[in-house]
Amino acid sequence: MPEGPVEEILESINLHKSFNRDTPHVVINANRVLSSKVVEGLEIEPREMADGVRARLGVARGTKIKQPVHLCFGMLPERGIQRIILDVDIEDEAEVSFMAHCTFPNAVDIQHLMEAEIRVGRNARYSYFERHWHSDEGLVRVVPVARVSLAEGARFSTEFELLKGRVGIIDIDYHTVCLAGSSAEMKARVFGRQDDRIKIKESASLDGEASRAVLVTHIAVRDEAMAEINNEIIARAPYSRGHVDCKEIIQGRGVARAVPVVEVQHPKAHVTHEAAIGSVDSKQLQTLMARGLSEDEAVDLIIEGLLS
Amino acid sequence: MTILELKDVSFTANSTGILNGLTMEIWEGYVHAVVGPNGAGKSTLANVIMGLPDYRRHEGDILFEGKSIKPLNVDERARLGITLAWQEPARFEGLKVSQFILASAREKNKDEVDRALELVGLEPVRYRNRAVDKTLSGGERKRIELASILAMKPRLVMLDEPDSGVDIEAIERIFEAIAHLKEEGTTVLLITHSARVLEKADHAFLLCSGMLVDKGETAKILEYFSGKCLPCPHKNVPDLNSGRKTGGENA
Repeated sequence: MPEGPVEEILESINLHKSFNRDTPHVVINANRVLSSKVVEGLEIEPREMADGVRARLGVARGTKIKQPVHLCFGMLPERGIQRIILDVDIEDEAEVSFMAHCTFPNAVDIQHLMEAEIRVGRNARYSYFERHWHSDEGLVRVVPVARVSLAEGARFSTEFELLKGRVGIIDIDYHTVCLAGSSAEMKARVFGRQDDRIKIKESASLDGEASRAVLVTHIAVRDEAMAEINNEIIARAPYSRGHVDCKEIIQGRGVARAVPVVEVQHPKAHVTHEAAIGSVDSKQLQTLMARGLSEDEAVDLIIEGLLS
Repeated sequence: MTILELKDVSFTANSTGILNGLTMEIWEGYVHAVVGPNGAGKSTLANVIMGLPDYRRHEGDILFEGKSIKPLNVDERARLGITLAWQEPARFEGLKVSQFILASAREKNKDEVDRALELVGLEPVRYRNRAVDKTLSGGERKRIELASILAMKPRLVMLDEPDSGVDIEAIERIFEAIAHLKEEGTTVLLITHSARVLEKADHAFLLCSGMLVDKGETAKILEYFSGKCLPCPHKNVPDLNSGRKTGGENA
């Protein structure tokens, strides 16, 4: 049995045995900051609110944080709202990567709302990996909204993953503005089941010369789950490049919709997109079945690959 | 001993006969080849034997070790030990080479993955964590598919155009893998229109327009195929008066 809420949160994300409390981290349950640790050059200022936590995350100019910073956002109660407001400032030439774990192990009716303002300075690097751990039952409504601005030469990558447990309702809205020479990579991988609802809107505005953006969304829906993907890249500057990639596998009575929008406002810019929606590819299926896998085993393996 | 037997198998698609009354015996432990010009029905024959969904409605019967496999699905046939390597292997976005091989492997362990990769001449450390997707060349995917078959240890494997889209070094590795399969006791059925691949077989069947025109020792079939079929102007209209139509006879 976990000894307290920190242990319970860590256990729910399978980190209870391996988590080192000396690594930079913040552990939050509902609106309470349970544990935090910073290292030189990393600033974490959490402030508790009635329905969540507001935090400023900063990395000082030129600081390179070698270890990933763990952010554990948990909601142990069965019901309630958790609002996370992040103000992130990665100063020029700094580097940091965050591993965010959002866990709702006892959810019956939970709302997890995140609002983030992220500024990545000149030639700075910022990566954010967010993994969600949901229960197999109950309803979780996840609404992450991020507004990202990249200075010249900045590199930004974010990856959202929700593969275990029920999605519930998810509504992602990320927008990134890229100045000259900067790059943004935004990925989302979600597996929807039963009556889950998935809505993803990722967009990038390539405002600076030679800026880059890649938006990748891989979704699988089965049963009666529904997914709607609206990804958009607007290229306004010379030599800017962008690519939108959306792949969705549907099973059962699942429904998927993809609307990739690409807009080019400069003759020396170039943006591409690809979208594929449908059931599992028959050749992939037949190949695996010809090795002895049942149809269900083959489908699961194909989906596992797509979402990996 | 016969491992697979086709009895008067015919298959029609869009009102066109693709296979026309094929009767064949595949002997256990041999490397057989099915040779013929493009459109002769060679790949269709492999698909019918594998039981792919679009190829299940055929006439005649197919016996594996004396029992009809006609009612069986693809995976049921595979679990009996029958498998197929496609001319153009499938791509699997995100699926690692090791996952792909392990899914087929009879023994589910990492050593088996590495052994299979080594047998097809691919360094495990360079390949096991790569995805079976478009980042691999056609030849690499072909070898990885063959590695999955080596790990599966099937009783009967059909290799559809094993030399297509691969370079000289890769084809040598594929020939070595075919020899290895034979050593392990696997029966091999090569589907080909290449004389070079045909030479690797112990025994061959000559198909034209879905009919079995001849069968026998490889050298004999190779001579006829090279001399008559390759330059043949009839394009899949066999000369049935030549005395070479042997469909229905025993080997």
